[in-house]
Amino acid sequence: MANRHAVIEKNVGLLIVLILVAVSFGGLAEIVPLFWQKSTTEPMSTLRPYDALEMAGRDIYIREGCHVCHTQMVRPLRAETERFGPYSVAGEDVWEHPFLWGSKRTGPDLARVGLRPITEQWHREHLRDPREVVPESNMPAYPWLQNTPVDWKHMERKLRVFKDIFGVPYSEQDVAEQMEKVNGEWAGASEEDALVAYLLSLGQVRKEVRE
Amino acid sequence: MQDAAAPPAYHYRVVRQFTVMTVVWGVVGMFVGVWIAAQLAWPALNFDIPWLSFGRLRPLHTNAVIFAFGGCALIGTSLYVVQRTCQAPLVLPGLAAFVFWGYQAVIVLAAVSLPLGFTSAKEYAELEWPIDILLALVWVAYAVVFFGTIAKRRTGHIYVANWFYGGFILAVALLHIVNSAAIPISLTKSYSAYAGAIDAMVQWWYGHNAVGFFLTAGFLGMMYYYVPIQAERPVYSYRLSIVHFWALIAVYMWAGPHHLHYSSLPDWAQSVGMVFSIVLLAPSWGGMINGVMTLSGAWHKLRDDPIIRFLIVALSFYGMSTFEGPLMSIKTVNALSHNTDWTIGHVHAGALGWVAMISIGALYVMTPRLFGRQRMYSVSWINVHFWLSTIGTVLYIAAMWVSGIMQGLMWRAVNDDGTLTYNFVQELVERQPFYIVRLLGGVVFLVGMLLMALNVYLTIRGTRDDAGEDNRLALAY
Repeated sequence: MANRHAVIEKNVGLLIVLILVAVSFGGLAEIVPLFWQKSTTEPMSTLRPYDALEMAGRDIYIREGCHVCHTQMVRPLRAETERFGPYSVAGEDVWEHPFLWGSKRTGPDLARVGLRPITEQWHREHLRDPREVVPESNMPAYPWLQNTPVDWKHMERKLRVFKDIFGVPYSEQDVAEQMEKVNGEWAGASEEDALVAYLLSLGQVRKEVRE
Repeated sequence: MQDAAAPPAYHYRVVRQFTVMTVVWGVVGMFVGVWIAAQLAWPALNFDIPWLSFGRLRPLHTNAVIFAFGGCALIGTSLYVVQRTCQAPLVLPGLAAFVFWGYQAVIVLAAVSLPLGFTSAKEYAELEWPIDILLALVWVAYAVVFFGTIAKRRTGHIYVANWFYGGFILAVALLHIVNSAAIPISLTKSYSAYAGAIDAMVQWWYGHNAVGFFLTAGFLGMMYYYVPIQAERPVYSYRLSIVHFWALIAVYMWAGPHHLHYSSLPDWAQSVGMVFSIVLLAPSWGGMINGVMTLSGAWHKLRDDPIIRFLIVALSFYGMSTFEGPLMSIKTVNALSHNTDWTIGHVHAGALGWVAMISIGALYVMTPRLFGRQRMYSVSWINVHFWLSTIGTVLYIAAMWVSGIMQGLMWRAVNDDGTLTYNFVQELVERQPFYIVRLLGGVVFLVGMLLMALNVYLTIRGTRDDAGEDNRLALAY
């Protein structure tokens, strides 16, 4: 039998085309349908967009790489729902650009941390010196957050990108109200204020499941 | 006028540059790894300094070892192999120089921007959008040089190593461009164009194929040149190489969802991902078998030649981690292993055992030839390096296996009344001894890298080998 593979081995253009064909199916089959699937595109009825302080806190969470050691994905396994709270569903993340599910639990999951019976003050002390409140912890300390004011420079643009491009249902009035707070009561907010506001918002979407 | 039989003048300058930088970035990236491993054992080493904290340095470590060390090894060896196997010099050597300097610029920008906290948050794709664009341009230039050289070849067939390198170049371009799509806010901040579960699926389609193409197909291309060259034997099976090449590149692309088992990604996608991940064992082992069996009839070289030992032990680690991967992609196993140190151990079985060791072997083969030397400055140091690498890898992965399985078991343990047996902190303190053993493994591996750096330096600089004989080739390439 003639070696038909030799045809590919002698034609670099054909080799390129066939490689591109071979590698294209996986993504087409697994990614494209998700754009039309209800469960991955439809927000939960209890989902609420971030306010500007929470959004700033989320950006600090990303900057410091909190997602490197903390997941935000409670799996539907008995021990997980027992430990962390209601399991995660796709409808609570449809406005999450980027997703922050993580892949490693060096520390505990945070998807429901806002539902835990711990205070705002606990979060502040824990961020400043984790070992002060949890002696065995190996988390880095973030003492600079309390002294660093939030950089509000791009907040209006961020809100508008989420509203206009990502389709998050902020109204014009919402944006105006948020910017009023940014320029008013939150103008001098610290990065710690913002991060704690974000952490306390986590899980509120599933609050009634917990109760 | 050039004689048709005379060897063409190859362009080795860019290959030499990438070779030296492979060693440099290998040492740097692994040093950062050792540092952050120590931080997990002793958090005081974060020093309360923003740019030294674990959350910012861990992406620096992964980017440095995968893209700086691994990337320089892949680009350097591919530009060497494509010339040798096509018997043709690089097309557009000026563009090849741009590939080198552009790629180094991307690495330096990454090394500065990640500690500053500029990150997209997507694993192994953390770089912000301006660096992503520069990388895309460099990558297209690299593809042009690589495939252009194949087009100008003086051989009839395109050699198998080039199929794998070619698959790696094309797939990485596709993955990088699709996954990096983002809406910029400023020069240093952007948001992923995708949201939630879709973003997760795109990310792990990318992430798993960063493993499948960057860390597998590319390094298999390396294997298909350097193993036969060093063993002085032909590749074991031509037919096997055809079958496992096409199967590998087609199947890998489907395996991403196993990173999202039991997540809120729809179940059908998780199941499809799991099936393809298990199937992936076959083409993976096809490559391992083809590489190891290339040594058949010359097994004594394993005893005599420390470079062959690097290459063959790398293939053994490849076989082991591509067995472990499908195992961990089974949902019931993943329920235990996911989010634990087991994953970290699995990655390092591949990254240290396979990727680093095959690259180290290839560097030891290639460096004397590139710099006109008869052999490396010291062959006995290569042997010492081999044992440091092997012992370091085994310490690392064994510590993470035990720690990871312990984590999974402690997290799921429940009492008779249904309450959890351990709280999170009780599990955390049990990891400490394993974190120290892992650190020790990393240090041992890094010491081997430093020995290689010295050996490469003295090979390039020196004129005498370890037997005291003149190391220069009478006829430099």
